[in-house]
Amino acid sequence: MMQKSVNQTKITLLSRSVNEGYARVAVAAFAAQFDPTVEELGDIKTAVSEAVTNCIVHAYGNTIGPIYITVDLFEDKRVRIKIRDKGCGIENVAKAMEPLYTTGGAERSGLGFSVMQSFTDSLRVRSTPGKGTTVTMEKVIKTR
Amino acid sequence: MPLQIQSDGQTVTAYLAGEIDHHEAVSMRQAIDAQLMGGDVKLLVMDFTDVTFMDSSGIGLVMGRYRQIRYNEGELHIVNPSPHIYKVMRIAGLERLAVIHKTTPARRELP
Ligand SMILES: Nc1ncnc2c1ncn2[C@@H]1O[C@H](COP(=O)(O)OP(=O)(O)O)[C@@H](O)[C@H]1O
Ligand SMILES: [Mg+2]
Repeated sequence: MMQKSVNQTKITLLSRSVNEGYARVAVAAFAAQFDPTVEELGDIKTAVSEAVTNCIVHAYGNTIGPIYITVDLFEDKRVRIKIRDKGCGIENVAKAMEPLYTTGGAERSGLGFSVMQSFTDSLRVRSTPGKGTTVTMEKVIKTR
Repeated sequence: MPLQIQSDGQTVTAYLAGEIDHHEAVSMRQAIDAQLMGGDVKLLVMDFTDVTFMDSSGIGLVMGRYRQIRYNEGELHIVNPSPHIYKVMRIAGLERLAVIHKTTPARRELP
């Protein structure tokens, strides 16, 4: 059953690396209305940073393109973050999500998807080669 | 200034600061690697006391420097990561590669 979100924000930014900090802080600030702990906010920032960095480094590479972020808040204190690019896409998503797998060279750890997975409650990746990639993550903020 | 570096030729201490992401990691890597050239360095200390955020680009930064210091047959020490940073480091198992100090040793006078 599709649940309706109680609040939503959309952010569009260009795939410039200087925007990595802005993107994670903006999403965390929006999620802050659920009164998350410092740890939960850190988890959200880190997961967003991974997904946005992937758009910048992998999806667009040496070109600049748009990154679309949609954040939905649900009544059960669930935060859904969707991060979409129109870049190169991923040929084999399952393989890309394996720990340590990277096409990015020696300075990339290949652990971005592992970080997203362990810092959120769910992670879904949809990709079409040549068309782009959408990463959807959900995190439930615990009631204190 | 994202980091300050101290070196006596054998020990290099990098005091990292701010947020370590893909954008910031580039200049940090260049500054540290400039000190590791030559192969005499046996101990690299990466001090995370003033680091407020890190993602897997930080893991890449640490792993890359670890490989270099191992090539010199040296050691990597990591000082004072916050709980958040330690959580990120554990995903890579960095605690098995580096010696992690959870408290800061007395900081030497910086130039
Ligand atoms: N948005 C994206 N567009 C294209 N390829 C991607 C995207 N996100 C991830 N990838 C691919 O998945 C691999 C693994 O990503 P990740 O786990 O974040 O590690 P890393 O970024 O360190 O390479 C990348 O090296 C890349 O090949
Ligand atoms: Mg990545």
